[in-house]
Amino acid sequence: MRLKLVPDETHFDFFGRWKLWLGLSALMVVIGFSSFLLQGLNYGIDFRGGTTIRTESTQAVDIGQYRDAIATLGLGDISITEVFDPSFGPDKNVAMIRIQAQDEQEAVTPETIDAVEAALAVVVPDIKFISVESVGPKVSGELIQTAVLAVVLAIGAVLVYIWLRFEWQFALGAVVALVHDVVLTIGVFSEVQIRFDLAIIAALLTIVGYSLNDTVVVFDRVRENLRKYKNRPLKEVLNLSINETLSRTLMTSLTTLLALIALYVLGGDVIRGFVFAMIWGVVVGTYSSIFVASTILLYLGVKRDWTKQDGNAGNQYANIDA
Amino acid sequence: MLQIGLWKRLFIWGLVALGLLLALPNAFYTRVEQSNDAVAAIEAGADTPENQAIAGQWPEWMPSSLVNLGLDLRGGAHLLAEVQVADVYEARMQASWPEIRDALRPERATVGTIRLQDSQPGTLRIRIGEASGMPRALEIVRGLARPVQTLTGAGSTDIVASGQGDIITVTLSDAEKQATDERTLQQSLEIVRRRIDEVGTREPTIQRQGADRILIQVPGIGSAAELKAIIGTTAQLTFNPVVTRTTDANTSVGPGEKLVPSLDEKGTYYVIETAAVVSGEDLVDAQPAFDQNGGPAVSFRFDTTGARRFGDYTAENIGSPFAIVLDNEVVSAPVIQSHIPGGSGIITGRFTVEETTNLAVLLRAGALPAKLTFLEERTIGPELGQDSIEAGKVATAVAFAAVLVFMLLSYGLFGLFANIALVINIGLIFGLLSMIGATLTLPGIAGIVLTVGMAVDANVLVFERIREELKSARGPARAIELGYEKALSAILDANITTFITAVILFVMGSGPVRGFAITLGLGIVTSVFTAVYVTRLIVVMWYERRRPKQIEV
Repeated sequence: MRLKLVPDETHFDFFGRWKLWLGLSALMVVIGFSSFLLQGLNYGIDFRGGTTIRTESTQAVDIGQYRDAIATLGLGDISITEVFDPSFGPDKNVAMIRIQAQDEQEAVTPETIDAVEAALAVVVPDIKFISVESVGPKVSGELIQTAVLAVVLAIGAVLVYIWLRFEWQFALGAVVALVHDVVLTIGVFSEVQIRFDLAIIAALLTIVGYSLNDTVVVFDRVRENLRKYKNRPLKEVLNLSINETLSRTLMTSLTTLLALIALYVLGGDVIRGFVFAMIWGVVVGTYSSIFVASTILLYLGVKRDWTKQDGNAGNQYANIDA
Repeated sequence: MLQIGLWKRLFIWGLVALGLLLALPNAFYTRVEQSNDAVAAIEAGADTPENQAIAGQWPEWMPSSLVNLGLDLRGGAHLLAEVQVADVYEARMQASWPEIRDALRPERATVGTIRLQDSQPGTLRIRIGEASGMPRALEIVRGLARPVQTLTGAGSTDIVASGQGDIITVTLSDAEKQATDERTLQQSLEIVRRRIDEVGTREPTIQRQGADRILIQVPGIGSAAELKAIIGTTAQLTFNPVVTRTTDANTSVGPGEKLVPSLDEKGTYYVIETAAVVSGEDLVDAQPAFDQNGGPAVSFRFDTTGARRFGDYTAENIGSPFAIVLDNEVVSAPVIQSHIPGGSGIITGRFTVEETTNLAVLLRAGALPAKLTFLEERTIGPELGQDSIEAGKVATAVAFAAVLVFMLLSYGLFGLFANIALVINIGLIFGLLSMIGATLTLPGIAGIVLTVGMAVDANVLVFERIREELKSARGPARAIELGYEKALSAILDANITTFITAVILFVMGSGPVRGFAITLGLGIVTSVFTAVYVTRLIVVMWYERRRPKQIEV
């Protein structure tokens, strides 16, 4: 007995309510974007500069105590969070301390870090500093630029690739879907205020790759069906293509999600944000390849007759591949 | 029909075998690593029976390249340093002052008095007594300029002089600045490398980044602070003429002079000339030694130019003191007793034996030509790395098992074929990573897990296609053939687009992002190979043996 996610043949009408889906996507994009504008992202030190210290001790973490110990040093904005992870034993208590970049400091000063470590060691005698990372403001500014450039370049490069392989309408559809996915992912990071660091950029670019993967497979089938059914309306061809590839789309999304969820649950807290971005991206990417990319394609229309020159009627059946 | 030539089959299986063989050492990581270390130690001369025994833990004829574990998995320190190249301009200009002064002196009649004025760092401002002598003075100063020895700087000279009123301004030319930057960075890289090598840690990464940066990653070191202590110690040794000795910390000094405290006499200061007679860069050797009284000291030897300058200076200044300055402190200021021609000498001070040993090491390794500013530093403790490895292992195993079961349930026998290919795929990724000596990071593990998820995609595409073709009532062989044929364009398009993003990530990214890009990119290559060739070959081999009338995918 086979496990079947999707029946052998499906006839869902994906475009019956295309205005609703597109409207929903547009609304989500607006929400994500305004959240980004209003409350911004919870940038990690990669992008903001500053220092993060990861501590570990056998005693339970008392954030107030930690804060009081460091407050006397006058380091400005400090955030202390306790890290929970199912893999931690009862005698393993982990906290993350983030100290903002200090004014008028080009580079990282070990004195600041030493002072914080000394102050904490007084209140929590067995404290260990598992990792200490500092990024100077100069580098963090550059990292933002490079990150934005990387995302834009990636989107641009695939735009060109799809344009070369297909038609410009396909490329545009795919890229609108991509931008949709990227904005929604950034939106979620802004809403939930998960720490946004360099690794998340890697996740974003993977989402770009994954979402494209999905979109391209659907488009590939659309192209094939457009040649096969030269006279069927575009809407029907699109619907047929999505139905035909639906089983594959869901299978692949599911296996990828299975792997990612395993990583999310068991991979430790260090990469949880990164994996979260990818899980979200797979879900959104699957949705957008069906409801956004294809709908844009439907809206733009596609040159149907690949074989004949414009105004050269009568040749329509000259080159049928059956 | 389904036909794959014999040679093609052998080639495919050969590649698979080779990949898996290359991946094999990673299954015995600690053993192979110890063995590799021992082999390196034996080559370095430590040919002890213990080392021989450890080296024997892994057979010599087996591949022994391992995937490097990144700092986030192994623990260690990461530093991004910026070389303050402009520092060198200043030193260069300061050093050229005596030369310019000596060149102008014979022309006193035309140019009048020659005085150094205060100026911006990196420029010399010289006032001459007779403004009318300016053309002659400029001619002389420009005559000292030397051509720049680079390809791009061809035709230009190293210094630029201009005159206004009675002030001559001398700066380095842009071409010379560029050439200097390049030299400074190369030199800094070399010195950082030598210092880290002196400590002898395993596989440090010391890379140039951009125009003026150096990236340093050292696995297994306790903290970034420790690493900074190793590379940040400048040990800048110079020999400078002494102007005067004082106990007043606020003594005002003239242009081209500076006030430097004494190392072992508290409250004593020396006013010295900024331009050094000889500097540590001219040293060829330094060794811990003992002075006449049996106190610890450091003996040193200069190269020929250094020896000549030192010899000339001591010959001309018998009876006057000169200062041995180490990192802006006067170690000692002996009076020159006689001409020292050989270019060797001894530094005495109140050193302990250990201090002289360290000083000798630092002097031998050379001084950093410019200051390093640290822009980024990361310390990852070994415990965190160990935790991450454990978590990564468990997660990968679970992800792997889940995908295998899911594929088997969905596609039955064909799912099993895909699973065999998936196992081969992971082996190949590790084989490739080991071969190119890539670094596996935590996001890199995520990249592998993602590949596990996505690697089945190509198979899913093919299998779904075969199902479709079977529906059109074709024979099994034809359906399999068409399935592979028709799915190919989708497989390629989908993977090429992902590969493009992996390449962009690799080029633009740094550190963990790069690690992720590498595993993602390699994963794409191996999964296309396994899906298009390996699974297909397995399916074809199965079909040839069984010749089923009907297949179920």
